[in-house]
Amino acid sequence: MIYNEPNPLETKILTKRFGLANSAAIDTYLANDGYQAFLKASKMTPTQIIDEVKASALRGRGGAGFPTGMKWSFVPRTSPKPKYIIVNADESEPGTCKDRLLMENDPHSLIEGMLIGAFAVDSHKGYIYIRGEYRYQIDCMDRAIAEAYARGYLGKNIQGTGFDFDIYTHSGAGAYECGEETALLDSIEGKRGIPRLKPPFPAVSGAWQSPTLLNNVETFCAVPPIIRDGGAAFAALGTPKNGGTRLLCLSGHVNKPGVYEIPLGYNMLKCIDEFGGGMRGGKKLKAVVPGGSSCPLLKADECDIAMDYDTLAKAKSMLGSGGMVVLDEDTCMVKFALRIMRFYAHESCGWCIPCREGTTWLRKLLQRFHDGGGLKSDIPLIGELSQNMLGRTFCALGDAAAMPTISIVEKFRDEFEAHLDGKPCPYEHAGKFAMA
Amino acid sequence: MTFSPELEVKFSKMLECYPAGRTRSAVVPMLIFAQDEVGHISRELVEEVAKRCKVTPLQVDEVVGYYSMLHTRPMGKFHVQVCTNISCLILGAEDLYEQAKEKLGIGNKEVTADGIFSLEEVECMGACSWAPAVQVNYDFHHNVTPEKFDRLLTELRKAN
Ligand SMILES: Cc1cc2nc3c(=O)[nH]c(=O)nc-3n(C[C@H](O)[C@H](O)[C@H](O)COP(=O)(O)O)c2cc1C
Ligand code: FES
Repeated sequence: MIYNEPNPLETKILTKRFGLANSAAIDTYLANDGYQAFLKASKMTPTQIIDEVKASALRGRGGAGFPTGMKWSFVPRTSPKPKYIIVNADESEPGTCKDRLLMENDPHSLIEGMLIGAFAVDSHKGYIYIRGEYRYQIDCMDRAIAEAYARGYLGKNIQGTGFDFDIYTHSGAGAYECGEETALLDSIEGKRGIPRLKPPFPAVSGAWQSPTLLNNVETFCAVPPIIRDGGAAFAALGTPKNGGTRLLCLSGHVNKPGVYEIPLGYNMLKCIDEFGGGMRGGKKLKAVVPGGSSCPLLKADECDIAMDYDTLAKAKSMLGSGGMVVLDEDTCMVKFALRIMRFYAHESCGWCIPCREGTTWLRKLLQRFHDGGGLKSDIPLIGELSQNMLGRTFCALGDAAAMPTISIVEKFRDEFEAHLDGKPCPYEHAGKFAMA
Repeated sequence: MTFSPELEVKFSKMLECYPAGRTRSAVVPMLIFAQDEVGHISRELVEEVAKRCKVTPLQVDEVVGYYSMLHTRPMGKFHVQVCTNISCLILGAEDLYEQAKEKLGIGNKEVTADGIFSLEEVECMGACSWAPAVQVNYDFHHNVTPEKFDRLLTELRKAN
């Protein structure tokens, strides 16, 4: 199902089948280029496939933006151990709601992307780790997998290529941390989702101590068009080193929130206007979360920027997971920071102390601040505590909590000061977050 | 303990889908699918899952304590989950959550006396572009307004 109207300005590569009648059915997929890329890949060498992915400048859509082709080349193809393909469909980064659409509307493109990856690294088993809340999407994938077996696109000797591949879905049960790739691996092994020490990286030692190719749903879904039309064509859609399109999850104070497919490098303000239909109620823009709650926020005057990995990194933020949250002038940034920290404190797995204690302490400080009991000295303390978490936690959840917080205290210090001396939150008057 | 025939089929396939000797991998999915059928994670269920996955009950307990969707006591027939994370927050989710508390007369993770409803304030559920969002059991409700929410709760009560 699609939940918002598409926009004619989209560049529809991954979403081109969305909106077709029975878009999730294998017949629709086959009638619209489906499984052609796998047949093409099956006549290529693994190196050729990986080179094509490298040429596409595809970078991981899960959040970190690691070059996908390079990741694929790290899997030791000749290892005597079995190799596994794992799809990260945990989709829990606040602001992000795209993997879900891919699984609902075009599940076979995910299967085909996995097949191509499997062929390239010589894997014969793949698992899709889907967050527990997505039961409907698990059912969508299970249906598509059954169809693919029935039509000979999974199982033994796929389409006479001599290649065997099996896919299974695996349900999570509610834990943001299980989106972190090594915690996901522990989770799929039936344990608490606790991150592992890296290296070794999953490509070398992942699920069940075997080489594992692990990518986000959208990353795998980008592979069939890359193989079909060539890496160069995909790369050309974006900016240098930032190939292709991605699914922008636009939310917050815009007129037309929704998921839209745009080329990398699209201007952020143009996104708000052209896709978001402008600010809701004609309000002024205050800030943008560029790619999920873990990204440093940009102030309104920083938003005239190209949305690709490298440009946002230069602006000390991140493209992240594609969850762009638009905040208007009536948003209380102290409250916003508090909600983010409540999330991270709740989701910290508790394994390492800087994250477990740091997020909880920060949550308490921010809560006290928002309740009107903040001290002037808390403002630098919030920044300092966050700085002390950065880079010092076992996995990046600590960074994910620290980075937005640091940006909010730095960029909106005046809003913290406005809460001092028992003054009520200056934004409560706006009818809390009045609905239009 | 036995489950419905469909679930039994699912579980026997599940135990075979992981590499040989790795039945522990089935613990989390087995728990959640079983919970959906029997209502909550009882002692008996922990022991059953342990037996089927060839692990100790303690290893199952460890997992139950970690994942937020696993409940060790029964929730309502309709488990109402209100997301108050960022995208929903700024579009009125806190008001919706208060509305639910008032209308149902229960707080976070509590169950109504008749067992029909339970309520939970939850983290981002992947519906941010269609915020504010509510999930009842596994069903998503998008672009929820106070009026729509009120209607939904009334209809669910009637449907019971
Ligand atoms: C705390 C935390 C949560 C994460 N959650 C997700 C997630 O929900 N989905 C996802 O694809 N990646 C998530 N990631 C990123 C993964 O660790 C990993 O980088 C990614 O799945 C790799 O796939 P990609 O290269 O295709 O992006 C998370 C990372 C961290 C540190
Ligand atoms: S923030 Fe509520 S669904 Fe994502």
